Amino acid sequence: MPKQLPLSRLHIVQRGDLSAVQTWLYRLLAVLGALATGGLFLLALRFNPFEVYWTMLSGSLGSSSMQKETIKLMIPLCLATLGIVLAFKMKFWNIGGEGQICAGAIAASYFAYFHNGLPSPILLIVMALAAILAGGLWGLIPALFKTRFGTNETLFTLMLNYIILNFITYLRESPWRNPEGGFAAMPRFTRQARLPELPIPGIGNVHIGWVVMLALVIFMFIYLRYTRQGYELTVVGENMNTARYAGMPVKKIMLRTMFLSAGICGLVGMLQVAGPDRQLTDAVANGRGFTAVSIAWLARLSPIGVMVVSFLFSVVQKGCSMMQTEYRIPASMSDILQGIILFFVLSSEFFIRYRIALRKEAKA
Amino acid sequence: MSFADQLLAFLYAAILASVPLLYGTLGEILIEKAGNLNLGVEGMMYLGAIMGFMGGFLFDSAVMAIVFAFAAGMLGAAVYAFITVTLKANQNVTGLTLTIFGTGIANFIGETLKENYPAGSAFISDHVKQALLPLRFGALSEVPVIGRLFFNHSVFTYLAVAIAIAMSLYLSRSRQGLNLRAVGENPSAADAMGIHVSRYKYIHILIGGGICGLGGAYISLVTAVGNWQPNIVAGQGWIALALVIFSSWSPARAIFGSLVFGALSVLRLYIPKDVIDIPGAIFSMLPFVVTCLVLIFSSMKMKRENQQPAGCGINYFREER
Repeated sequence: MPKQLPLSRLHIVQRGDLSAVQTWLYRLLAVLGALATGGLFLLALRFNPFEVYWTMLSGSLGSSSMQKETIKLMIPLCLATLGIVLAFKMKFWNIGGEGQICAGAIAASYFAYFHNGLPSPILLIVMALAAILAGGLWGLIPALFKTRFGTNETLFTLMLNYIILNFITYLRESPWRNPEGGFAAMPRFTRQARLPELPIPGIGNVHIGWVVMLALVIFMFIYLRYTRQGYELTVVGENMNTARYAGMPVKKIMLRTMFLSAGICGLVGMLQVAGPDRQLTDAVANGRGFTAVSIAWLARLSPIGVMVVSFLFSVVQKGCSMMQTEYRIPASMSDILQGIILFFVLSSEFFIRYRIALRKEAKA
Repeated sequence: MSFADQLLAFLYAAILASVPLLYGTLGEILIEKAGNLNLGVEGMMYLGAIMGFMGGFLFDSAVMAIVFAFAAGMLGAAVYAFITVTLKANQNVTGLTLTIFGTGIANFIGETLKENYPAGSAFISDHVKQALLPLRFGALSEVPVIGRLFFNHSVFTYLAVAIAIAMSLYLSRSRQGLNLRAVGENPSAADAMGIHVSRYKYIHILIGGGICGLGGAYISLVTAVGNWQPNIVAGQGWIALALVIFSSWSPARAIFGSLVFGALSVLRLYIPKDVIDIPGAIFSMLPFVVTCLVLIFSSMKMKRENQQPAGCGINYFREER
């Protein structure tokens, strides 16, 4: 054996010996490491990190009105991520959640603006269906080209975001503009087109989206784990050739899954315009489609995990807006913290999958 | 203004708008040639934009602005490289995170500046701005049409073209360039040839990130004339990612591609309303629509030599061969 330098005796080996509890422990450590790094950043800005973090916590969970706001942030994040998870399970990189939310919002708003004579429950159901359809079709475009020509879906879905976002701007500037408003904005929805509220025990009234969210978490859990369709899309994601040999209609599965994935994002758009926003604005998606990608990944594509992680992210977002009012720390701190958390968890995966071992001493 | 003047003004504006796109595209080409898909171009451009601004602001020097921008882009890329090359994490998610992080940092520093300088914001001094004004080449700059179009640009423009040409030669003529392509196409073969795969990846991801950072500095210092604005990069990093495909991983074609997209992005301002009256928002869609068409057509014709490096997006782990 040739003589080796001491450093080259270190090498990386795969390991399969970690239990589920241990892996989550690693991830928890990573999150703590990220918070510590964020704390150092705050310290460098001459803030007391403990005070700031405490403000974040109390500002997002301290009172029932704050809890309500946090839940309102969580509903679209959690739902959009559930949508994204479906596509990701299939290894279809849907970065277009943002645009699919917009598509759903536009379709829902069309009925809210031009058919608001309908009785409220019917109008809301029509809006929801239109949103699912519009979002789904918007997501079907890249899926069609992917199955037909193998077109890169990451960039395609991404570009579609900017196209539809500009379309909302167009609607705002001329055809749907509120003629009474001083600056270009779209009118508010009439009462019929607003989501009813339902009480969450211990917190109070929040728009009905929270029920949809819980229902969809359960549905997705069952769909992915116990249904034939869920099984099929997982196989396609794991190995397309296996799926083909098994006689699965791969193209059909891809199109169906992508329609569902984008349709759920479309529904988020409807819940957002008919819920907290009460009108169509170009901030309807507000980066949620992108955040959903990170959450989906952090949650390891598990529906329950999605609920936990999107809750944590909502706490960070709400907490950071509180931080802005209390300490005048810019709210973009939320992006920075999210980034640091993701970097740390991404890095921690390495230590879950591999360990660094020392080769045995080479004999000279 | 006569039609010829109008056309000239349009072409000039197109060149100005194409420069940041060219930087982003060139940086990403180098990164993808090393076999890594970095979705963090937007983030690295943001880092370059704010740090270029800060470099110019704090040191009152254009050189420091450029150095800072390059270093900031490199630093962002270094985080990406460490996580994807050494720790072998998912490239898509890492790149997206870099975009979120870079955007956050830039807006954070920008907001803080605004807080601390109540006059509205921090401004770059005239001294620095002057250094970044179009260069003059004596009589050459006075030649009608040609002088205006080609000899009337800031140092950034010429640097971008120089990088494109240098990169083109590097990739096709130099040993290191060929090795790099081997790393991007088939890392295990490159490894077997004795090429240090990780080192090649690191070096090129870092330099690529630096180049993206320069594009950001152009946006904050030249396009925005040294006035910081929130969300200043506004999706140009994403267009650059698409331009990499449009120019089929060739730095020379990237010059042409970014010109086309630069032209698309300023077209609206130069078409008289009485000729075609299309709302501004529809015009703003154009670069993205064209990108989609490019994606579709390039996937339809599948020429072997014009494709993404085969190893792109997949991490290389020697012991997994």
